[in-house]
Amino acid sequence: MEVIPVRLESRGFGETERRDMWWSTPLVVLIGLSLFVVYATWAAFQNAHYTYGPYLSPFYAPEIFGDSPHAWFGPKPGWIPAWVPFSPALLILPFPGLFRFTCYYYRGAYYKAFWGDPPACAVGEPRNAYRGEQSFPLILQNVHRYFMWIAVGFLFLLSYDVWLAIWFTDPTTGATQLGVGLGTILLAVNVVLLSCYTLGCHVMRHIVGGVHDEVSKHPLCDRAYACSTALNYKHQLFAWGSLFSVAFADIYIRLCSMGIWTDPRVF
Amino acid sequence: MNSDATFKIWRTHPEGGGTYQDFHTQVSEGMVVLDVVHRIQAEQAPDLAVRWNCKAGKCGSCSAEINGNPRLMCMTRLDELNLWEPVTVEPMRAFPSIKDLVTDVSWNYRVKTQIQKFQPRHADAPDGTWRMAQRDVDRVQEFRKCIECFLCQDVCHVLRDHHKHEEFIGPRFFVYNAALEMHPLDTADRLPALKDDNGIGFCNITKCCTKVCPEHIHITDNAIIPLKERVVSRYYDPVSRLLRMFG
Ligand code: SF4
Ligand code: SF4
Ligand code: FES
Ligand code: FES
Repeated sequence: MEVIPVRLESRGFGETERRDMWWSTPLVVLIGLSLFVVYATWAAFQNAHYTYGPYLSPFYAPEIFGDSPHAWFGPKPGWIPAWVPFSPALLILPFPGLFRFTCYYYRGAYYKAFWGDPPACAVGEPRNAYRGEQSFPLILQNVHRYFMWIAVGFLFLLSYDVWLAIWFTDPTTGATQLGVGLGTILLAVNVVLLSCYTLGCHVMRHIVGGVHDEVSKHPLCDRAYACSTALNYKHQLFAWGSLFSVAFADIYIRLCSMGIWTDPRVF
Repeated sequence: MNSDATFKIWRTHPEGGGTYQDFHTQVSEGMVVLDVVHRIQAEQAPDLAVRWNCKAGKCGSCSAEINGNPRLMCMTRLDELNLWEPVTVEPMRAFPSIKDLVTDVSWNYRVKTQIQKFQPRHADAPDGTWRMAQRDVDRVQEFRKCIECFLCQDVCHVLRDHHKHEEFIGPRFFVYNAALEMHPLDTADRLPALKDDNGIGFCNITKCCTKVCPEHIHITDNAIIPLKERVVSRYYDPVSRLLRMFG
């Protein structure tokens, strides 16, 4: 007997036989990322309350031009027209922003949460047409590796800011003294989480060792590949952990600077 | 535990299409979904078609969708399911249905024949043997756990919803490609095919394949993304290209 196979109809948007709460993870991603983007955009446009004592908010670091003592090249230069919205954060935030936007983990997560491609595994999609990352425009996501190098540069700059964050100026004498405040700890934890996120990036894993079929023959690569792989297994965790720590460090410094919170000193 | 349960099982009609048929049956402790299907077959529906072989999660024959999740029927215990409501069992949706729970997965075998075979380098020792470091082999060993259940192919939306069977080989065959391409001894070059004919760019790394794999292979993180990165270095990254020209 000849059997003619038939194809089952594709399901419509959101249709599935799944009974579990399949919508919960994409919903949490949708809310989490939206909150972050809204807050980061708002904070970047404020151009105020981004420093407190020796602390500089990671949203504003490095401060290339700006009014705080952290600025590399002094205040906003005259050649930037007055009608262009300016803040030190707007000059630098696009880089870490695009690093995260093109990260493999975030891509998979927001394709589901924001674009329904698919809304969740084994759940029907809203559109029939699909090009994925095979062609324009999403093929451009492959620039991720360049943003990774920039992000590695940021790790050094943010580590330097932690170093600066242990030198407090005594308001009465004007003398500089060594100290650690809660803000110093927050900035340090932030750098650790960002490093775990960046060094466990899939591109890093590829470059330091994944590229070789016999990584054991390259001793340095061998060790680096093992480290990057270990971090890579927790990439999702560090992606969210570092997102939260960056935003919280900014909120903390902002509220201290506004006088709403006080910064407790460890010593 | 000895109780009644209702199973809604997909039945195909001879004239095409299909519907769910409800079966009420006795279930007892320790049963898996495949046992229930067999009991229904024995007691109520002798013409119910189901494919199975090992009942040990190793042959990859009994793939189906249980309450909408791609699973092996023989590895899905009833105590993981809510038996207060009917349990649905339907065939894999990414492949054409032959009868009831049996699908035609022959497309996968055709795809596999098109992938370049293993091409080892010349032997390392005069006696015709090779030397490899354990950890280099470990990396590809993970991929060899695949039992070809094709659950990952079933859940992948590129095949399931967009039917790109002509342009995209699916996660199972990225795992297969990775096992060969990253093998310490292999010399063949599969990157041109991965980029064009195999359509690796269609994967949007949503990791559904990884979630359903009964062998817990890290399909997306360890096979697909590393292959994507190799394709990027070769074709989309002008800096890597330049370095290669001078390096
Ligand atoms: S990660 Fe890629 S291959 Fe796996 S299910 Fe998603 S789109 Fe398909
Ligand atoms: S990779 Fe996993 S899910 Fe895919 S066919 Fe192999 S065992 Fe099945
Ligand atoms: S893959 Fe997530 S940062 Fe590169
Ligand atoms: S019967 Fe062999 S895997 Fe289920």
